Amino acid sequence: MQNRTLEIGVGLFLLAGLLALLLLALRVSGLTVGAGQDTYKLYANFDNLAGLTVRAKVTMAGVGIGKVTAIDLDRDTFTGRVTMELEKRVDNLPVDSTASILTAGLLGEKYIGISVGGDEALLKDGGTIHDTQSSLVLEDLIGKFLINSVNKESK
Amino acid sequence: MRKKTIGERIRLLGRAGIDTVGSLGSSTVFLFRALFGTGNVGNGFGHLLTKQLFSVGVMSLVIIVVSGLFIGMVLALQGFNILSSYGSEQAVGQMVALTLLRELGPVVTALLFAGRAGSALTAEIGNMKSTEQLSSLEMIGVDPLKYIIAPRLWAGFISLPLLTMIFCVVGIWGGAMVAVDWLGVYQGSFWANMQNSVSFEKDVLNGLIKSVVFAFVVTWIAVFQGYDCEPTSEGISRATTKTVVYASLAVLGLDFILTALMFGDF
Repeated sequence: MQNRTLEIGVGLFLLAGLLALLLLALRVSGLTVGAGQDTYKLYANFDNLAGLTVRAKVTMAGVGIGKVTAIDLDRDTFTGRVTMELEKRVDNLPVDSTASILTAGLLGEKYIGISVGGDEALLKDGGTIHDTQSSLVLEDLIGKFLINSVNKESK
Repeated sequence: MRKKTIGERIRLLGRAGIDTVGSLGSSTVFLFRALFGTGNVGNGFGHLLTKQLFSVGVMSLVIIVVSGLFIGMVLALQGFNILSSYGSEQAVGQMVALTLLRELGPVVTALLFAGRAGSALTAEIGNMKSTEQLSSLEMIGVDPLKYIIAPRLWAGFISLPLLTMIFCVVGIWGGAMVAVDWLGVYQGSFWANMQNSVSFEKDVLNGLIKSVVFAFVVTWIAVFQGYDCEPTSEGISRATTKTVVYASLAVLGLDFILTALMFGDF
């Protein structure tokens, strides 16, 4: 009898430990099991994607519909090539949709927002979004502002 | 006490060096013999392991859960204070989760484990040695390394990673309780922020690897100190102190090295 309670205690302890690992994986790190089956890939080239990272959200009308899975440089056009995985249920994006890099809040993380176009043809798996809008770089903005004010003074 | 000559001092220094290297070697041999050696175990290894898992793992649960809860709550409270002055309170979930998974979870659990279970292991084995139970076992043809030491080593290796996971979960839950229920951070952004920033491979698995390394080191030190101690009551008390001190230092030192290896490539 004493032995039995011992074994049950140890069994519960092992279960609790494994359950904790599972909770950390699913609830805390947001790992989803079997993801990647019901998604499709889209590409987009941006002139400047400063601050965009892998795992960043892809949204439409503020609703998350996918994430960025890879970022690399396109050698021929010298633009940043972003690979996105979108959920299969959003399969009705027109080919002239626009992808723009947005910022959550003033200092928040970067994400991609997609706004729909009006074309009849739809984007397919592996398609590319051509109409893109780059990340807003604060330094460029300040630079432009400074040049403007200098120009005004010289006039 | 008479004054020592220079020659004697140098000799003492050399002796200390040889002793250190010697005990390092003997502890490694001891570890390998306990883990991989073959010997008569008596009645079933599984039964011995269960018994040790209970006294090493299950009995440490209370202190791990309670300290995890409070550490998570304190982290959320402090984090909220600082983050709210930048207007980004919702990042408190991310902060609590990353701090616990990467650093505090493995390290604090290992330190508590060294104090709670490690010292008990040392004292128990040391007491067995001083009352000549270990040599009696050898007399009746049972290898004490297999019968006494090996189940304790395995119990430590298994328990600490599990305890670390439990510590992290309880800590994050405590943090959520303080941040969401008490301080009024919006629940959705608390969890969403956390899930966006915590990656399974980089954070959860690296924390788990850390705790496996700590489990190995802490249990090894504890068991070897007990096996190697002077078989007197004074010797046992000294060995217990050594266990806690060496294990804590080893954990903190190794933590820096592991962190540099895992997160150093910025």
